[in-house]
Amino acid sequence: MSTVKQFALSARGVEKRFGAVVAAAAITLDIPQGQRVSLIGSNGAGKTTFVNMITGYIKPDAGEISLHGKRITGLAPRQIAGMGIARSFQIPQLYKELSVMDNMAVAIACQPGNLSFWRPAKNAATIARSAELLERFGLTSQSDRLVSELPGGVRKLLDIALALTRQPKVLLLDEPTSGVSTEEKFPMMDIVMRALEQEAMTVLFVEHDMDIVQRYADRVVAFYSGRVIADGTPDAVLDNIDVQRHVTGTARQEEK
Amino acid sequence: MHTSTDSLPLLRTLAVGLLCIALMLLAGAAMPAWLTFLLTMAAANGLVSLGIVLLMRGGVVSFGQGMVFAVGGYTAALAFGKLGITDAATLAVGGGLAAALVASPFAYLIARYRGIFFAMLSLALSMVLYGVLVKSPELGGSDGFNMGRTTIFGLQADDAWRGYVGYAVTVTLTGFVAIIARILFDSSRGLVALAARDNEIRVEYLGRSVRTLIASNFVLAAFIGGMGGALAVMALGHIEPNFSYWTTSGEFVFVAILAGHHSVLAVFIASTVLEIVRSFSSLYFPNTWQLALGLFLLVVIRFLPRGIGSLWEARRKQGERQGEPQ
Repeated sequence: MSTVKQFALSARGVEKRFGAVVAAAAITLDIPQGQRVSLIGSNGAGKTTFVNMITGYIKPDAGEISLHGKRITGLAPRQIAGMGIARSFQIPQLYKELSVMDNMAVAIACQPGNLSFWRPAKNAATIARSAELLERFGLTSQSDRLVSELPGGVRKLLDIALALTRQPKVLLLDEPTSGVSTEEKFPMMDIVMRALEQEAMTVLFVEHDMDIVQRYADRVVAFYSGRVIADGTPDAVLDNIDVQRHVTGTARQEEK
Repeated sequence: MHTSTDSLPLLRTLAVGLLCIALMLLAGAAMPAWLTFLLTMAAANGLVSLGIVLLMRGGVVSFGQGMVFAVGGYTAALAFGKLGITDAATLAVGGGLAAALVASPFAYLIARYRGIFFAMLSLALSMVLYGVLVKSPELGGSDGFNMGRTTIFGLQADDAWRGYVGYAVTVTLTGFVAIIARILFDSSRGLVALAARDNEIRVEYLGRSVRTLIASNFVLAAFIGGMGGALAVMALGHIEPNFSYWTTSGEFVFVAILAGHHSVLAVFIASTVLEIVRSFSSLYFPNTWQLALGLFLLVVIRFLPRGIGSLWEARRKQGERQGEPQ
């Protein structure tokens, strides 16, 4: 029998209910290091709930989640972040009153050993690291702009760049292309995936666009009513009749 | 990695701060007694408001800083009267330490709350202290008690220089606290506090505890406020429970709002403005001076919603973004 230590992220029988609504029903998943996994499902299927349980925002009612064999179930978000899980958000969670560079400086200051009462926030090391990450995400020209002035796509990229400052072992991206125009989706995901190439991290991304899923995921996990209804390669999952019926809607079109 | 260029902003802050202290000390020698007293009180009270600004930068406002103001003041007065400690600097630091000690047990509890709940809980603490002070005859009850003349470096100033020496001690200590506050505001910790004000969730997801950050700011603000209380009682020569009354706390909040949360200098300018408005209003319309104060605050909120400090902080930020030291 394989042990959870082999996997970057492991969920065993994870359950969550909100009153009568089952948001997660005995979810069991093992995700190896370095895999790019897309979580798909219609609205309310339980994808974001699953992501929120991994990152500690929601505590599961039952089951266990572990990171490289270490139990993280029920820990606070900051403790989980400290263990190596970072995330971006469907609605980018940024510091709107600060500049792009200041946002990066905050993220770097939050790392262990960087919080100081006297050392300037924008010291040489922070500026260099911020500049390197901003360049990777094509945001160098935006570094002096206030976040409140940025367009949606740029905010999404910055949100992911902030998550990367900790060099996490597992990165969770919650709908990285939502709110981004159709023309911008692929260039944006190209930038993100290129930026992630330099890091040997496991990536889970929640996504509704099946073209994005097919192009960027190694593996797809489909959710429906809090359950995993399919798990495998993108082609295998998207060809699954249940997925076509409940997630992509293609079965209904064919039936018509 | 720590490079020598990282020390430049620190040195600049230190140099500007020391220059300001020196100029204030020189100017004080030429000032009339009423003005040195007014500025002494503005500096002492400004310290308490600086503590509120420190908390405001983390997204919370204390409406009960009268508590630490009173603890600092009573500690200094009692240490002077009962323990025979007369050195002004020792009494000021002692007042700060006592206030931080009193605030510490509540810090982690109060840091759970935000917005009006934080403000009301801090107000409740200050009013509990007010009640205790009023009902404590050994502390002078509602009348309080007097404090004698302090010394500095073992020397006591004669009558002619008494006011100036008090002013010099207050301005120097306040100046050093202001320098430290500016360094703290510009530090990585200061930036994270500012970020927590903007988006607490993100700070937690980046691995930092906002509650710990606010709790430590609460204790720091208490230390600064306690020092302010000790310096104020040394200037006034008298302490009473009103130091902890809610209207006193309200004045500190008034100054903090007037100043905004970006500039340390603005806090002391706002505190001086309050003292000037209070002095002249109570002289010319004694029964309606609060009205003048309220109208003044309305005008500032209307035209400078981010406080007096926004007048020059916006330029400073723009200069920083363009890489020019301002």
